[in-house]
Amino acid sequence: MQTTSKNRLNALLIPLFSILLGFIFGAILMLLFGYNPIDAYSAMLMGVFNSPYFMGEAIRQATVLTFTGLGFAIAFKAGFFNIGVAGQLLAGWVAAIWVALSFPDLPRIILLTLSLGAAIIAGAVWAGIAGALRAYFGTSEVIVTIMLNYTALHLTNYIIRSVLATGNTTEIVGENASLRVGWLTTLTQGSRINMGLFIAIIVVILYWVFMTQTTAGFEVRAVGLNPDASTYAGMSAKRNIILSMLISGGLAGLGGAVHGLGTFGNLFTQSGLPSLGFNGIAVALLGLGNPVGIFFSSILFGVLDVGAGFMPNRAGVPDEMADIVIAAIIFFVGANYVIRLVLDKMQSNKTAEKGGE
Amino acid sequence: MAQTERVIEMKGITKKFGEFKANDNINLNVEKGEIHALLGENGAGKSTLMNILSGLLEPTSGEIIVNGKKEKIDSPEKANQLGIGMVHQHFMLVDKFTVAENIMLGKEKHNYGFMDDQGAEKDVKDLSDRYGLTVDPSAKIEDISVGMQQRAEILKTLFRGADILIFDEPTGVLTPQEIDELMDIMKKLTDEGKSIILITHKLDEIKKVADRCTVIRRGKSIDTVDVKSTSQQELADMMVGRSVSFKVEKQAPSPKGPVLEIKNLTVKESRGLEAVKNIDLEVKAGEVLGIAGVDGNGQSELIQAITGLTKIESGTIKLDGKDITGKKPREVTETGLGHIPEDRHRHGLVLPMMLEENMTLQQYYQKPFSKNGFLNHGKIKEYAKKLIEEFDVRTQSEESTAASLSGGNQQKAIIAREINRDPALLIAAQPTRGLDVGAIEYIHKRLIEQRDNGKAVLLMSYELDEVMNVSDRIAVMYDGKIIAIVNAEDTSENELGLLMAGVPLEKAKKELAGKVETDGKERATVANDE
Ligand SMILES: Nc1ncnc2c1ncn2[C@@H]1O[C@H](COP(=O)(O)OP(=O)(O)OP(=O)(O)O)[C@@H](O)[C@H]1O
Ligand SMILES: [Mg+2]
Repeated sequence: MQTTSKNRLNALLIPLFSILLGFIFGAILMLLFGYNPIDAYSAMLMGVFNSPYFMGEAIRQATVLTFTGLGFAIAFKAGFFNIGVAGQLLAGWVAAIWVALSFPDLPRIILLTLSLGAAIIAGAVWAGIAGALRAYFGTSEVIVTIMLNYTALHLTNYIIRSVLATGNTTEIVGENASLRVGWLTTLTQGSRINMGLFIAIIVVILYWVFMTQTTAGFEVRAVGLNPDASTYAGMSAKRNIILSMLISGGLAGLGGAVHGLGTFGNLFTQSGLPSLGFNGIAVALLGLGNPVGIFFSSILFGVLDVGAGFMPNRAGVPDEMADIVIAAIIFFVGANYVIRLVLDKMQSNKTAEKGGE
Repeated sequence: MAQTERVIEMKGITKKFGEFKANDNINLNVEKGEIHALLGENGAGKSTLMNILSGLLEPTSGEIIVNGKKEKIDSPEKANQLGIGMVHQHFMLVDKFTVAENIMLGKEKHNYGFMDDQGAEKDVKDLSDRYGLTVDPSAKIEDISVGMQQRAEILKTLFRGADILIFDEPTGVLTPQEIDELMDIMKKLTDEGKSIILITHKLDEIKKVADRCTVIRRGKSIDTVDVKSTSQQELADMMVGRSVSFKVEKQAPSPKGPVLEIKNLTVKESRGLEAVKNIDLEVKAGEVLGIAGVDGNGQSELIQAITGLTKIESGTIKLDGKDITGKKPREVTETGLGHIPEDRHRHGLVLPMMLEENMTLQQYYQKPFSKNGFLNHGKIKEYAKKLIEEFDVRTQSEESTAASLSGGNQQKAIIAREINRDPALLIAAQPTRGLDVGAIEYIHKRLIEQRDNGKAVLLMSYELDEVMNVSDRIAVMYDGKIIAIVNAEDTSENELGLLMAGVPLEKAKKELAGKVETDGKERATVANDE
């Protein structure tokens, strides 16, 4: 394609531009309410980048987002809107902690493998339900995954109170089930960054390999882009719906395990769905289609999330304002996706006409 | 020529896609009240040029003068304001909307406010009656035949009352009668002072209606000629740049055992009505069996049933001696089926994917294109390159998206993919729709070659010429049944025409022999029913 390099440039410029817009919009908001945006933003950035601890925290946050982002992205590639990433993440979290608490004495490598494996399966099953319903009954995966989100939330709380613990918090998992590694913790002066980072990087690579190098990935892409032609070519739409949802949920579940075994080391009752699930959607949309892009947008989100905490103390911007500014940035990032979708649509319409019949 | 008024003047139009010049210094003049044909091979740049004129693409250089005034047409709205309307080669219809809603879509936006459904349907009905373009205004686009979609598309442009109408291959999906009707409409429109630019690959259509013809070859305008004083052969040669043969060269067939055996097949269409009614059909190795019939008489459903894309109601289908009744598309394909689908955009290609990926859409999971579930991109590329070369698919590279190819070249890509697998049975549905004469000549040759190699070919086409030229036997479908199977050599266009209208073979023969009177009346009613 003659436009490949130009497309690549655009693909990079558009998200950068929307990030910039988000920051500008946030700045205008702050100005309107009488806060100094330069102070606020520099507090945010300096806060994160001047401290190994907070950098570690930002990366830890990004690690989980990478899983949920990739999870959302693969379903999206196959043509599905998996809103249920948050619920699948919870399912994985529960499963990982459950296994970790049940077999505390297994050797570390075995226990971690089992815990992470259980989390993947739990997430996959949770998403697979929506996939199967869609494949066999044509039920909207959007609605089903939303409902499954709430089911996951309440089920998790129930399991904590009546199975895993007596109160609202489980015990901390043993050393052998923790994803923390000493040198990383030391390097970041005690942050909760953990081995999940390396797992995330491996998964980014695997994701890329799967999508571009395997026949299964080829099918997922083809079915997502044109289910009719794919069916004509003998691919099974049903199979691909379910497969992509299983992988999607599996990745989200793995994210849950990393969150559980890496960030907290335990599980506690929650009043709402983890925002990491929903931010994963934004991350995926920002870095759409490209696992490396998703990784970097995760880091951006991690920095925003952690950095926002500095705005109240160091720049006098109240918590709510900081949240609004972050929300505005996320909004523009999301809008970037919509803008691109519209642009693409127009472009492909044009190509279709031009390309002739 | 008498003093005429130039409505369109395109001067030195160049359009580059990257380094590639799709249009290279093209000149085109259209005069008021004329039908101006645009002729050129697939990928010559016709659609590109017209997309520039209708505001969908911006030229890299060159100028456009409309009604004597230099204009910058930078959007379809602008083109609309200037009275330029385009009937697109590929339909621009919203699947979920009704015919009436689709036709109103542009109008409602640009002229009036909203319209009530019934009012809209009535307006559309009036318009379609006036121009004799039959549509069902209240039917959803996704439920109607390709032919009717095309008619809706034409109506849409007529509805906007453009003065300069561009028809990009409007006749590809129309039946012969419908084409004649369209030609009449065009004449009527030009009599009213409108001007028409007609892109078509069918030289007889050009001869029939066009006043002048501009020939484009590989992005350059070669010449503009007066149609009356130029023969079809001259036009074809000018367009391709070599001498083209229209007649399909073939030896007598030597059919062998049956490859496809269909018994008592019944298939229902999406709304639950029987579309194929208890059909028996056999295609032998070494023959081309043509299926003739007016669009919507069960041909598509028959093909979908064979290919495993539709559930069948009852009956059996055997391919190469193996029972494939109720088998999935992939199993059927692997048993030995190639399929060139009727709707190439929807079913034949994944447009946003690369050409090389599309070329291996049926085989990506087999060796050597993949091993243990991993794709071998090198082999895929190599294979695609080979096919592009062999089938003369004009593309910038095998990595271009399928969407960036011209309509005809997209079709060639599908044909290359399917023929090259050398299937025991090749089903070709409208295989040359939208192809230029040079490409048609080539495709027909390849179909015959398949036959001569002892394979079976099932050719479905709405074009009688094609069916008669390429097939050995012709099955005529009417109302879900095969009402006659005739030898291509012994039949005539008239006989087929009668059969397609539902007249039984005996009667048709009698009628053609001259004993008409009473039968003639009956035929008229049958034909009207259709
Ligand atoms: N968006 C695009 N990007 C790159 N190349 C393109 C694009 N659109 C068209 N082309 C190329 O420009 C050339 C002309 O295409 P065009 O669609 O104008 O041909 P055409 O004369 O209409 O052919 P056909 O009769 O097959 O419809 C083709 O080689 C095509 O591949
Ligand atoms: Mg074209």
